[in-house]
Amino acid sequence: MFDLSAAEWTAILLSLRIAVVATFWALPFGILAAFALARWQFPGRMLFNGIVHLPLVMPPVVTGYLLLLSFGRRGFIGSFLAEHFGIVFAFRWTGAALACAVMGFPLMVRAMRLSFEATDRRLEQAAGTLGASPVVTFFLVSLPLAFPGIIVGAILGFARALGEFGATITFVSNIPGETQTISAAIYTYTQVPEGDAGALRLTAVSIVIALTALIGAELIQRRAERWLAKS
Amino acid sequence: MVGEKLMIDVALRRQLGSFKLDIAFKNSEGITALFGRSGSGKSTTIGIISGLQKPDEGHVIVDDCVLTNVAAGLFIPPHRRRIGLVFQDSHLFPHLDVNTNLRFGRWFAPRHARSISFDAVVETLGIGHLLSRWPGRLSGGERQRVAIGRALLSCPRLLLFDEPFAALDLQRRLEILPLIESLRDEFKIPIVYVSHMIEEVARLASCVVVLENGRVKAIGAPEDVLGETASATDDPRFGHSSVLIMRVGTADTAYGLTELLHPAGKIWLAGPAGSEGDKARIIIKATDVTLSRTLPSQVSVQGTLAGKVENIHVEGPFAFVDIALDGDGKLFAMATRRAIDELGLKRADPVFALVKTVALDERTVGHPASAKTSLAVNLRTGAEKSSAASGKF
Repeated sequence: MFDLSAAEWTAILLSLRIAVVATFWALPFGILAAFALARWQFPGRMLFNGIVHLPLVMPPVVTGYLLLLSFGRRGFIGSFLAEHFGIVFAFRWTGAALACAVMGFPLMVRAMRLSFEATDRRLEQAAGTLGASPVVTFFLVSLPLAFPGIIVGAILGFARALGEFGATITFVSNIPGETQTISAAIYTYTQVPEGDAGALRLTAVSIVIALTALIGAELIQRRAERWLAKS
Repeated sequence: MVGEKLMIDVALRRQLGSFKLDIAFKNSEGITALFGRSGSGKSTTIGIISGLQKPDEGHVIVDDCVLTNVAAGLFIPPHRRRIGLVFQDSHLFPHLDVNTNLRFGRWFAPRHARSISFDAVVETLGIGHLLSRWPGRLSGGERQRVAIGRALLSCPRLLLFDEPFAALDLQRRLEILPLIESLRDEFKIPIVYVSHMIEEVARLASCVVVLENGRVKAIGAPEDVLGETASATDDPRFGHSSVLIMRVGTADTAYGLTELLHPAGKIWLAGPAGSEGDKARIIIKATDVTLSRTLPSQVSVQGTLAGKVENIHVEGPFAFVDIALDGDGKLFAMATRRAIDELGLKRADPVFALVKTVALDERTVGHPASAKTSLAVNLRTGAEKSSAASGKF
């Protein structure tokens, strides 16, 4: 039963590509948002926090629909990007990546924010008195010290991206070879008679991917913590 | 000190809840100590000097450079102040080894200001063997030495010590105090030192700013100021001590003792106390002073200082005696009220103060101010005029 069909391989590779790209793009924004929430006081902080967490609490279909409205071909952002930069999200794998990034974002930010909050602020002050500007302090002190939390955040985002279904299918549909991820492919299998074998194969694959990612993350995190624990 | 530039000039006001900080002080050489108990405003002052906090009003000027001036709307952020801050608990970067920690501030120091050599600092602080270690594997004393090195190597305009030894035991403190003296003398860096330990302050500082409830209570040389504050401080926490300036005499190497001279007599110190003729600042606890009407013989105490009773203050079963030593010093003694009554001691009576050698430890001996500064020269040539202070701390 582990002879995967070409279509299944396509779905697997597409899923991985979408998840990796989504995580990669969400990472810098996630780090920035987490740091801002952990360290800065600014007007509208509560509102910002709320917006960051919206995709976590809203039904995924709603998120997907909002993405369709804004990033779709006729959406105000989508039409602008298509016209000026030639970037199209609607019904493309890039759209799936966008949906996954948005859905994974709150989880990512949560983990990273905790990590930034746990690092000793006075170390940042010490760096300041030694002449490091806030930006340099961020890269030399805050970021390395929060590294284990950033790995956790990235993995959570990646896992969410792999599992994402509702927002993706609403935003970019279920097009084999373009937007059909593992989840969407399994869903398709369950909709046809005798699709059980295929669904099970893909289920096994997604379990393997998820476990590999979790174990990998655990190893990286342990390494990072051992490095920091020299302190 | 005419013609010398002002090393530090601070005047500030800050309201923190119901606590009001309102202080001003200036000093132009050596170590400035901010002395007072916790809650007196020391840490806030340090925060404002280093730029980690802003005052409501006032200014901070270091080395002729205006760092904060509220009236002029001027505030230089901490990373552009070049003020090296040594925190209470080191705050070394846990993710960097000792070597990288030490060099951290150096990366940001302007090229023309990198006057302090890495090797000299490492050698002075004795941390060469630690360079490849990680902060977590260092002892408290080692960590604090690295923290001092890190601050020093950023080539700051001013070094700020915020109770740097509060977390260290006595032995570690004894190791590090002389290092601070050598920083002052070798690297010529102005230092502001915050402490609530009278021993540290008396030993290191050339200028003491006594803070109490957010205000400057007294300011001046330790032997003048610590006594003044003492007579008005009712806090028994600090104990009762006197600060005397004495001259180092000859050493008795056979017994491992050193003579300390004062116009009122001499006392002995266990161990070396610097070279002959040096000025030394001695702290004597009031409880370690025994009083006698006659010059005693056949007692084990060999250190004797002569003077006159200046004042007797009675409190419960205890009596606190201010003694004006011959030659302008002041010594504070504590005895029971009954002992004083039986001796019949009253104001203006001549009296001998006996000081036990074993009661003086290394901590109580300092070598104030660098020999190269004019203040030290003044004091040394005027050693006969050495003043002392007494009081309740």
